[in-house]
Amino acid sequence: MKLVLRNITKRFGSLVANDDISLEVLPGEVHCLLGENGAGKSTLMNVLYGLYQADEGEIVLDDVVQHFSGPGDAMAAGIGMVHQHFMLIPVFTVTENVMLGNESTGFAGTLDADAARERVREISARFGFHVDPDAIVEELPVGVQQRVEIIKALSRDAEILVFDEPTAVLTPQETDELMEIMRQLKEAGKAIVFITHKLREVRAVADRITVIRRGAVVGEAQPTATNADLAALMVGRPVELTVHKDAPQLGDESLVVKDLRVVDALGHVHLDSISFEIRAGEVLAVAGVQGNGQTELTEALVGLQDHVEGSIKLDGKELVGKSVRRILDSGVGFIPEDRQADGLVGGFSIAENLMLNRSFRSPFVKRGALRGDALEAFAREKLQEYDVRAPDIHTHAGKLSGGNQQKVVVARELSRDLRLLVAAQPTRGVDVGSIEFIHKQVIATRDRGIPVLVVSTELDEVVALADRVMVLYRGQVVGIVPGDTPRETLGLMMTGERPKDVVA
Amino acid sequence: MSTTAGLSPAPRTRGPVVATVTVVSRKTLVILGVLTLGLALILATSAETGETTFRLAADSDFVTLPELTVPSLRTAWILAAVCALLTAESLRRYVAGRPTPAWAVIAFAVAWMAGFLTWASAGGSVPVVGLLAGSLALAVPLVFGALGGVLGERAGVVNIAIDGQLLLGAFAAAIVGSATGSPWAGLAAAMLAGALVAVVLGVFAITYLVDQVIVGVVLNVLVIGLTSFLFSQVLAPNAATLNSPPRFPRVPIPLLGEVPLIGPIFFRQTVIVYLLYIAVALVTFALYRTRWGLRVRAVGEHPKAADTVGIKVNRTRYRTIILAGAIAGMGGAFFTLVSVPQFNREMTGGAGYIALAAVIFGKWDPVRATLAALLFGFASNLQGVLAVLGSPVPSQFMLMLPYVITIFAVAGLVGRSRPPAADGVPYQKE
Repeated sequence: MKLVLRNITKRFGSLVANDDISLEVLPGEVHCLLGENGAGKSTLMNVLYGLYQADEGEIVLDDVVQHFSGPGDAMAAGIGMVHQHFMLIPVFTVTENVMLGNESTGFAGTLDADAARERVREISARFGFHVDPDAIVEELPVGVQQRVEIIKALSRDAEILVFDEPTAVLTPQETDELMEIMRQLKEAGKAIVFITHKLREVRAVADRITVIRRGAVVGEAQPTATNADLAALMVGRPVELTVHKDAPQLGDESLVVKDLRVVDALGHVHLDSISFEIRAGEVLAVAGVQGNGQTELTEALVGLQDHVEGSIKLDGKELVGKSVRRILDSGVGFIPEDRQADGLVGGFSIAENLMLNRSFRSPFVKRGALRGDALEAFAREKLQEYDVRAPDIHTHAGKLSGGNQQKVVVARELSRDLRLLVAAQPTRGVDVGSIEFIHKQVIATRDRGIPVLVVSTELDEVVALADRVMVLYRGQVVGIVPGDTPRETLGLMMTGERPKDVVA
Repeated sequence: MSTTAGLSPAPRTRGPVVATVTVVSRKTLVILGVLTLGLALILATSAETGETTFRLAADSDFVTLPELTVPSLRTAWILAAVCALLTAESLRRYVAGRPTPAWAVIAFAVAWMAGFLTWASAGGSVPVVGLLAGSLALAVPLVFGALGGVLGERAGVVNIAIDGQLLLGAFAAAIVGSATGSPWAGLAAAMLAGALVAVVLGVFAITYLVDQVIVGVVLNVLVIGLTSFLFSQVLAPNAATLNSPPRFPRVPIPLLGEVPLIGPIFFRQTVIVYLLYIAVALVTFALYRTRWGLRVRAVGEHPKAADTVGIKVNRTRYRTIILAGAIAGMGGAFFTLVSVPQFNREMTGGAGYIALAAVIFGKWDPVRATLAALLFGFASNLQGVLAVLGSPVPSQFMLMLPYVITIFAVAGLVGRSRPPAADGVPYQKE
């Protein structure tokens, strides 16, 4: 089935999310939609999938103009979507998820689970998916959950498959498997739209590439284009893809973590006997697929976890068992992984957000009362220094773009006298320009002789920043290796395998 | 707008974990221990002697079971010992890092209750059939209410207004039943009334995204005010024509009604009670085995996922809560068409809130919620029966019993339960 999007325009209020976008996808072809976060890729796909109605333009399938009033119509027309955040019901089985909305029924609306189960088995066997139809979805690894999404689309006879940022949650190995699945689907004659901002993946599978920036198509590219060309097209200016940094000036061992063990309220052990140390002036990057204990590690370091055993020593002082405030006061800066939930108060102004970790005493508080002028002067200075693009220091933090929000968090955490910086996913969902800026700040912090722990699920970021890399898998350290370790080795370690020449 | 800003936040992916250490709650153990000690304390300080008679037969049984007479204090001590044994078992398991199994809790509850009854009615006789049949009678509105609650919450709508649905149902049944002279018309009116409350709830909670708990509470107050006003202005002056509804007669089921113990309790009841059995079975079957049920559960767990496969989330929610309201309305009809043949101010006595507790205690499952509602009904009736028996416990104290049991059950024994993920969260398309 051939898909044509013709002059699609979608507005949200005064904001034009999609500006006159045209796109063509042929059967047996992988068409890649490349663009930064916020460029309008997902909006376009939500228009295609009937979740949004386009203000202008039309969707044409095999020369027939379509009018989708909801996802049901889009699916009936043969469009299947693999969502970035899986649209699966965690407590349902695979079979229940696959048949939902498309149930075959017997007498009085009773579910024909056997037929559905058979369908799952059949599709699973055809593409070598190895999915158990009776497994509960939330108990499956994310890679398998994604295959359930694919099965869901295929069971509805989808001819056009849309993958929305499918690799964000996958290990490098799972990503390779997904690429293989895409090739298989392509050979089976499906038309595939692949949305991503990762250049490496684009060049691996795309037959055609369309680049989107600020809601508009800015060009087409061939899969043979270089990373630098694609990045420049995507961002609109030449981009430095590598971070310039000098060799680290190593000091003493500042942070020493020994036999750290973290258990949650349900009794799940998230970290088990973790030991490592970071020297002053060194960046230790923690690599691993999301959910292997990184969140718990960073939270344990700042005192946010309740059941922590073992020892965390910063410059000789024990941090385990201390309150969050005492840990922060002893000089720990923390960039949390979810800035909207944990990093900022969206309804507070930028200035108020900048003083959140210093709300107890001077310079911003005097005898329990806020000192507005000191705060404003400070905020103006930081806005300038950290290049936060905002109308005013009184603008609500929730109104800023992702990159600017993150800069506010970074500004707040780096504006104190630090003895340790913990940065969890510092550039997730941030535009390329802000990524460059934040990376420079992290390295500058290191060069001031401060130990830095960076957690990232993006291998690119790990490689760019790390002096040494610690790989976590299922709450344990697979190994701590030098920063110049090849990506393939790191990818392998992220699946829990320890290459022979690596010492734990 | 960034492309992801409007989407619902991604659920935190729960990754693989190294291992799971079972964190066993001490709650159950502590409660069992305290209750055992309490019973022993009562027995030790009591001077009650004599015998307790358990009457197992109803008056009109085909086969009459003999009465069971036991020495009160000794039997009570034996049962207390059983409780102590079960507590010890719970302790043993706790030490071994395992939770107390459900059978032990149930056995404990039965033994404790029997021991307490034996002591409390020393020198007298306990009408077992009457006690249990009365429990069922008190539980009927609770079960209907709980079924309605389960359905609504499974679809993602928290329904605090169960009490309002019961009350308006009772009111409508009384007035329509009286006016038409037909209990069936009264029942239909009660269902409509319950559904009407549900529609109002839906308009605010689903369409206008108002906080569901607040709407529910306001609706309850509204229904109380409305029915009280109409009662004093309309029903009370015209009691003969508008507030003397016909009652559903008892219809014993042949054969089943003759089974000793079971028969008189369950099968010599009114039509509404038989409808209740059918409703429990139907709701359970429909929720787990039909397309309708799958979709209802889907919109309560992850409405956006349901939307992306073409299910109309809000329409499904409306339909479900309206059905749920009709079911709860039937429970209201039981008050005026079976229990008492007239409507009174606030006559539900907060039954809707107890039903809500049954929903949670029953972990959002229709069968478990029904059992929970039966337990609460038993607690209410026990209080009445003990008062009649002239037990040594002050009756004012006994009045607390159903509520104390409710709190203990919900807070202490329910364990970790997980409500539907989108329960109480309105769904809004972007």
